[in-house]
Amino acid sequence: MAHAKVTRFNAASLALGFAFLYLPIVILVIYSFNASRLVTVWGGWSLVWYREFFNDSAMIEAAWMSLRVGAASATIATLLGTLAAVALSRGEGFKGRTLFSGMLYAPLVMPEVITGLSLLLLFVATNAERGFWTVTIAHTTLTMCFAAVVVQSRLGSLDRSLEEAAMDLGCDPVRAFLMVTLPLIIPAIVAGWMLAFTLSLDDLVIASFTTGPGSATLPIRIYSEVRLGVKPEINAICTMVIGLIAVVIVVASLVSKLTSAQGESAAPL
Amino acid sequence: MSARRIFARPARFAAIAPYVWMVLFFLVPFAFVLKISLSQTAIAQPPYTPVFDVTAGWAAIKQAFGALSIDNFRLLVSDDLYVLSYLRSLVVALVSTSILLLIGYPIAYGMARLPKRWQPIAMMLVIVPFWTSFLIRIYAWINILQHDGLLNQILLALHLVSQPVVWLSTDSAMYLGIVYSYLPFMMLPLYATLVKMEPSLEEAAADLGASPLHVFWLVTFPLSLPGVGAGVLLCFIPIVGEFVIPDLLAGSNSLMIGQTLWLEFFTNKDWPVASATAIVLLVLLIAPLLLYDRLQRRQLEQR
Amino acid sequence: MAEDVSKDEAESEPVKGEPQILPAAKPEPLPQANMPLLRIEGVAKKFGSFRAVDRVSLDITAGEFFALLGPSGCGKTTLLRMLAGFETPDEGRILLDGKDIAQVLPHERPVNMMFQNYALFPHLNVRDNIAFGLRRAGMAKNEINTRVAEMVALVKLDGLEKRKPDQLSGGQRQRVALARSLARRPQVLLLDEPLAALDKKLRESTQLELMELQRRLGMTFIIVTHDQEEAMTVASRIGVMDAGRLDQVATPRELYEAPLSRWIAEFIGEVNLFDGQVETREHNRIVVSTRDAGAITVAEPRNPVTKATVSVAIRPEKVKLSRRGPISDGMASRSINRLEGVITDVSYLGGLTVYKVRLDSGAVVRSSMANTARIDIDAYSLSQRVVAWFTPDDCLVLEQ
Repeated sequence: MAHAKVTRFNAASLALGFAFLYLPIVILVIYSFNASRLVTVWGGWSLVWYREFFNDSAMIEAAWMSLRVGAASATIATLLGTLAAVALSRGEGFKGRTLFSGMLYAPLVMPEVITGLSLLLLFVATNAERGFWTVTIAHTTLTMCFAAVVVQSRLGSLDRSLEEAAMDLGCDPVRAFLMVTLPLIIPAIVAGWMLAFTLSLDDLVIASFTTGPGSATLPIRIYSEVRLGVKPEINAICTMVIGLIAVVIVVASLVSKLTSAQGESAAPL
Repeated sequence: MSARRIFARPARFAAIAPYVWMVLFFLVPFAFVLKISLSQTAIAQPPYTPVFDVTAGWAAIKQAFGALSIDNFRLLVSDDLYVLSYLRSLVVALVSTSILLLIGYPIAYGMARLPKRWQPIAMMLVIVPFWTSFLIRIYAWINILQHDGLLNQILLALHLVSQPVVWLSTDSAMYLGIVYSYLPFMMLPLYATLVKMEPSLEEAAADLGASPLHVFWLVTFPLSLPGVGAGVLLCFIPIVGEFVIPDLLAGSNSLMIGQTLWLEFFTNKDWPVASATAIVLLVLLIAPLLLYDRLQRRQLEQR
Repeated sequence: MAEDVSKDEAESEPVKGEPQILPAAKPEPLPQANMPLLRIEGVAKKFGSFRAVDRVSLDITAGEFFALLGPSGCGKTTLLRMLAGFETPDEGRILLDGKDIAQVLPHERPVNMMFQNYALFPHLNVRDNIAFGLRRAGMAKNEINTRVAEMVALVKLDGLEKRKPDQLSGGQRQRVALARSLARRPQVLLLDEPLAALDKKLRESTQLELMELQRRLGMTFIIVTHDQEEAMTVASRIGVMDAGRLDQVATPRELYEAPLSRWIAEFIGEVNLFDGQVETREHNRIVVSTRDAGAITVAEPRNPVTKATVSVAIRPEKVKLSRRGPISDGMASRSINRLEGVITDVSYLGGLTVYKVRLDSGAVVRSSMANTARIDIDAYSLSQRVVAWFTPDDCLVLEQ
């Protein structure tokens, strides 16, 4: 029986921590509805800045570009990341495993300026046309490891005896994986996709390096605007992005909740 | 043959596709960075020489090799601008990571000691801002910290200051931004380790006469060290190369290495120097990177 | 059982050559003779709306080996944790040596606990685990070394001091946990289901070792367990708990032969129960008219029976089988209870055989008889018609 106690110190640090995390975002969202352009004046509730956004074609193009790149890179990253997770968690030792896992997890910590620069140089050397696909490839490389981490974590906690039971009943290993393991890790795969999607949506540095003329992503546009100073239109854009991500998270956790209890290993982690 | 071995064989094949991808798009590009770092800048497209033209024949390639030099690296070491930039980055990263550890540990600990049914909610609450665009969150702080922003408004209203304080373009703002953005990176590994620790270990320590402070220092903290290590490295390494936060929040009198790299590349269009900067940065980070890799493998594969 | 054996050892002196751990082993105390070392007065604890411990009062004398027994969820662990200091009672007092320790923090109590999952510090070796509490107590270095060596010898872990917990077997880890909890020589040692993780043989040998240890050290042990055999083996007195209340506190013998309620009779060991109505009360006898077994004569119990609807309880080993019934000798035989039926099950368990006899009413009676002869040509077999009989003294009246 866990008799964990919540001391006052714990409660205080939790409360303060979460307040710190959420306050700026809440303030931002509130200001996006501020009719007045000035931060010092509250002009009443208004949707004017949202309308401004929808009239700004450059912004809308950038947003659309971001969504496309996000979806494409997330899909490829999740596919490759799942394969990598399977190899690492079920593959036991194999030649080059150390190098493989090293390469896989390096983008997690590597400063983005390095990854961005190196990819750009590759594209230049191969005379690749920089635009949608180069950014997508770059984002896939960046987010693959995140998807892999999520899926590998889930694979590790699955009860191995399920796969053994499948084999006992006549499946070869591949079929056992497809019919038994895969359905059980779908929530993790979905979570990995969501994670890769939001990371791609959010990335500034790598996109700046690897994008081409006319294919700016949303963060690139936001960044160039922000450098010129705070604009209320940005508040509206940010709020919309936050809203989108919130929806994505809710969907992800619903999917995860509906299927997460299945197949958990009985042994404590 | 055990069941695990039967699975291992086909499982290894799954590694092929991601392996090829990573070699192509992660390893190979570094070779290019190295090559460019040894080249000279040129007003041309691409803006560097020599260019290796595969079709030009072996002699041309040999000649191109001869044109490589380590001039750029000499520049980095000799010019104060770069040395200071590297130093500043390391210092900022160290300071930020320390602050992150001091702030993140109590929060992670608080989360780990919550009743089990509240823990997933707490996790969600931590992850949600993390998934919210990083750029947006920095922008949110600019909103608050600007000259006539909310912070100054509150301070003026409470008569704590007589004039608006300059918050932006300072190191404090930058540290605030860094801590704010990287907090989840520090908290999540810490939380993962702390939550696996049985509460009965702390009870046993108390039962044997350890005061709450002793319990923490002698039992809880040592057992959370893997999480501390992961969190520290997960923050330190990327912070060294940070660009966006110092660019938007810090002053312009001293640049971090990420900013220097960006400047060289986009403003000066000096690709070779930018590449050399990246190589040196990479070399500086090799030790922590290897350490992180070791820790990560041990944690993820302890099943 | 613990109680009987100890009478012989009451006068024993410490064996020469053994390390002198404490003064000579104390004789087994009589519960009424000494002032209680630990007095639990009206202690209650609620979790939300759930009453985990419902006003429990209990006295425990120094040198006792006391067991808190009950099914899971009965509150015994909560009570133990309140003694250790990990929970604070909502009501009541806990007096140790006359002082109320209910609000005292765990690290300030002269009480130590051996945890169910051992809770050994994984980052410390055996030696440091045992020394942990001694260091907190501020003992001098050389004293700590001596004490740790004593403890290691006591639990027979010599040679393993430098190992870490993950390099030890389950039984070895349990010994480290025991040594660690004894190192500070607490006034009371609390044991939270300490043998639950061990296999049967190891559990039995460890039970005996625990008893011997407790005798030698003369310490007060309070053990929490759901295993009634374990409680009966090690403890000198047992407190049976159910749903937060303490139902009966008695020696193992009293608990078995004179349970206070039907539930306790069923919880401890096996029992045959017949429900019925009290018919007549003669001098020193009660006749109960049971639904399934006819009229049963029971010797008058110590506490007068007030209800009309009762249960008659007979332990299986008190039910004897014979082909034609007990030897009739006039008066005495008239009050012997006889039930006739057919044997429907024979379970040969080595030391004894358990028979199930189906009475004409359809009810089943269990009878267990020791196999005192190696070759028994007269053994009962399936479908054999037998008489199951028992004297009025052998059975018991229980109120529902």
